[in-house]
Amino acid sequence: MQEIISRLEELFAEGKINRVLGWKKGDLPYNPEPAYFESAEALKDFVYDGFCGANLSKYFIQGSAFEGVTAILLKPCDTYSFNQLIKEHRVDREKAYIIGVGCKGKLNVEAIKAMGIKGITDIKGAEIDGDCKELTVETLYGDKIVAYKDAMLERCHVCKGKEHMVYDELLLESADTLDGDRFAGVEAIEAMSPEEKFEFFRKELSKCIRCNACRNVCPACSCRKCVFDSNKFDSEQKANVDPFNESMFHIIRAFHVAGRCTDCGECSRVCPQGIPLHLFNRKFIKDINEYYGDFIAGENAEEKGPLTNFTLDDMEASERR
Amino acid sequence: MHGIGVFVCHCGSNIAATVDVKKVVEMARLEPGVVHAEDYQYMCSEAGQEKIAAAIREKNLKGIVVCSCSPRMHEATFRKCAEKAGINPYMVEIANIREQCSWIHKDIAEGTEKAVILTRAAIAKVNLNTSLVPGESLVTKRALVIGGGIAGIQTALDIADAGYEVDIVEKTPSIGGKMAQLDKTFPTLDCSACILTPKMVDAAAHEKITLYTYSEIEKVSGFVGDFTVEIRKKARYVNMDKCTGCGVCMEKCPSKKALSEFNAGLNTRPAIYTPFAQAIPNVPVIDPTQCTKLKTGKCGLCERFCQAGAIDYTQQDEIVTQKYGAIVVATGFDVIKLDNYDEYAYSQSKDVITSLELERIMNAAGPTKGHLERMSDGKHPKNIVFIQCVGSRCNDSKGKPYCSKICCMYTAKHAMLIRDKYPDVNVTVFYIDVRTPGKNFDEFYRRAVEEYGVNYVKGQVGKVTPEPDGSLTVHGVDLLENKQLKVSADMVVLAAAIEPNPAVRKIATMLTASIDTNNFLTEAHPKLRPVESPTAGVFLSGVCQGPKDIPETVSQAGAAAIKVVGLLAKDKLLTNPCTAKPDELRCNGCSVCANVCPYGAISYEDKLVNDHGVRETRRVAVVNSALCQGCGACTVACPSGVMDLQGFSNRQIIAEVDAICR
Repeated sequence: MQEIISRLEELFAEGKINRVLGWKKGDLPYNPEPAYFESAEALKDFVYDGFCGANLSKYFIQGSAFEGVTAILLKPCDTYSFNQLIKEHRVDREKAYIIGVGCKGKLNVEAIKAMGIKGITDIKGAEIDGDCKELTVETLYGDKIVAYKDAMLERCHVCKGKEHMVYDELLLESADTLDGDRFAGVEAIEAMSPEEKFEFFRKELSKCIRCNACRNVCPACSCRKCVFDSNKFDSEQKANVDPFNESMFHIIRAFHVAGRCTDCGECSRVCPQGIPLHLFNRKFIKDINEYYGDFIAGENAEEKGPLTNFTLDDMEASERR
Repeated sequence: MHGIGVFVCHCGSNIAATVDVKKVVEMARLEPGVVHAEDYQYMCSEAGQEKIAAAIREKNLKGIVVCSCSPRMHEATFRKCAEKAGINPYMVEIANIREQCSWIHKDIAEGTEKAVILTRAAIAKVNLNTSLVPGESLVTKRALVIGGGIAGIQTALDIADAGYEVDIVEKTPSIGGKMAQLDKTFPTLDCSACILTPKMVDAAAHEKITLYTYSEIEKVSGFVGDFTVEIRKKARYVNMDKCTGCGVCMEKCPSKKALSEFNAGLNTRPAIYTPFAQAIPNVPVIDPTQCTKLKTGKCGLCERFCQAGAIDYTQQDEIVTQKYGAIVVATGFDVIKLDNYDEYAYSQSKDVITSLELERIMNAAGPTKGHLERMSDGKHPKNIVFIQCVGSRCNDSKGKPYCSKICCMYTAKHAMLIRDKYPDVNVTVFYIDVRTPGKNFDEFYRRAVEEYGVNYVKGQVGKVTPEPDGSLTVHGVDLLENKQLKVSADMVVLAAAIEPNPAVRKIATMLTASIDTNNFLTEAHPKLRPVESPTAGVFLSGVCQGPKDIPETVSQAGAAAIKVVGLLAKDKLLTNPCTAKPDELRCNGCSVCANVCPYGAISYEDKLVNDHGVRETRRVAVVNSALCQGCGACTVACPSGVMDLQGFSNRQIIAEVDAICR
């Protein structure tokens, strides 16, 4: 972490950047939050550790409106989102100095809590400079040792890779965390009967409290005015009328980000109710891969996505299956 | 909106038989905004239209809903009627209570319930309608014909004779198409070339016709009256201005291994070739996949012997861009591939041939100089079996579900010609049905049976087995005698199904013209607009629309031509006002709409916007309404619902859905 801070101080000193978009310490030891740092001095609050899962790409929509150059810290998976935002003209590449930072898998405090660990006061071993093998969870009831891997976010088990898709310079090493099948969850749902599927989604989506955290964090949900907030559709009230419409909110959202979702997993990370929202998006990604060939949104900033591109070789809708 | 009138049509008994129209009227009266509702036997009749006009005037209606047939039938009629009565024609909505309602329901209660719901949806939509005004666009007085077979030639001649410029784009080196490959034509038995070549010459000599042979359509943009087309003129490697057509190059060419396309692959042709003797233009092309000079740099014999100095190995493809007011598709057909029909031993024996191959064998310019010979050993066959419907009328995925229409007649022709010239040859025809509707067709078939003694057997063939002695055993069934048959033959001729030329898919996509599951182009209306594509300005000629024989093709070619002439005679066209319109205050500038627009109608501008007092420059979408065709692709692609189709706005559609779900 010190390596990043020193480099950022250098960039400030050289006048290459006007501010930094990074993470600062949160009110708890495991919830650092996205923040702008306007000077080298402000960096005293800067943090980059295993809990810095937040994808900063979307914050750069705001960053693009600021004067001068902003340094933005992006993990490998975050760069897909940033590229997608460049493609959609939502961020200004010229105003970004992208520092690609290494990642050894990001942690999920909910996973630790799910192990039955209560009264957490501090968590040691989440430092990016460490070996990231073990966490010491300090609690009111004594220390608990937890394998780093077991406390990782779901998305890190199906990591897209250690490479940054867009950057100006790279700092710190990454580690391989891939040990799961990205589409296993989708396949399990596909194997269900229609009744089971309905029951599954009804059960999961009934937990939703419409806090909009998923939408607000999603880099693909970057509309100036979301259809659910717009008076042009009569849809904003609709999503609040009854539980069925509440479920529709998530399905409509999945359709809106289809082909643009980079599977960054932020929706599931921030959901206070623990709804596995990424499954919707991954179903679309799986279908797109099957129908149009493997595609990852945000791999580059130029190529047209398969859903917004037409080629003569595209499969006819009637020929599917 | 207050002041909506609802007019429910009985359509004779078409609607009234399964929909209680009085009930629809009664229910419509309860809908918000409705001040008038009535029913009538035929709303589209003059009396019906007068009722609408009278109600508009007397009750000062602002918008109307007509509950009748599909808008494709009478939307234009009712819009005109409304306009005459003094309201904007786009204040008219049609509730289609016929095609997907009264026609498909048998139960009056069900039919009525659905009609009421559809009416309710239309009322909900018209509530949000706004007046729209069409723009105008100019008509380019030039037509493009894609395909230079008999369909394309006839269409071009008829358009040119009416005084308009026409270009024919033909992908092979010569015009003429499939008809040029035929020997004789049914039912008159006149020589195909003798009646076709004068038309080819006329087309080439016509001052209004330009031929682009050995050329393909590269790109199409624009819309009715104003298409822009890029034509790829493939490199011929022969200078068309210098070549005298003497043919020395073809004699001298040492590379003669390529299969002759014109002779259906039965013999070979040189690398530099004209497809056939009467080819137009009579200028050869060099096949780059065969030419030794182009492949290895060595040879150059044709260049050395060419007195005119016409050979040019450095020629490149050339793109010609041209504007057209109308486009005619005349891409014709191909015989299907027989891979799925190996039970007939087509791939195993040279003596199992297609009817098109037989045409070439029987033609004096063909591989056997017109002598009936087996392709395996050159022997004169004594027994010939014809198998009908190979790949036609199939109810599985192996072949085509449709009847290829021409096979019964050409097989009768082949059988008759063989029996006439070689009375010693026995001819047997296995058929499912013999279909001979057409002037002098049945008489022709009966002559084959009665005068020429052709043996017609009703029944299908299971398989053909090549025997060690070189003969073929045909295992068939005689359904009338109810027995299995084994017929020994020296030659088997397969009446293979015809299918639209595979190139048509790509062309249809470029034209945004629709095709059906069999790749035939769809008509705007199967009965009343059979030569027009649903895409304005695109017309259909020949087999690309459905199987046809020569006289039908020529008739349709003429019909397509007159439609083109009718269009080109106009100086201006009214444009559809139902175009996309972005709300720039909410636009993200993300480019998704521009990416999906098939017409290139959307661009982006950096515009100064005032968003609730915040003034800033934003990248926003801008629609060129002259190019927009109102397809709506952008409206569904836009993630924030900023793009709206005028006349079909997102709100209108949601209002319809709400009304249906109420």
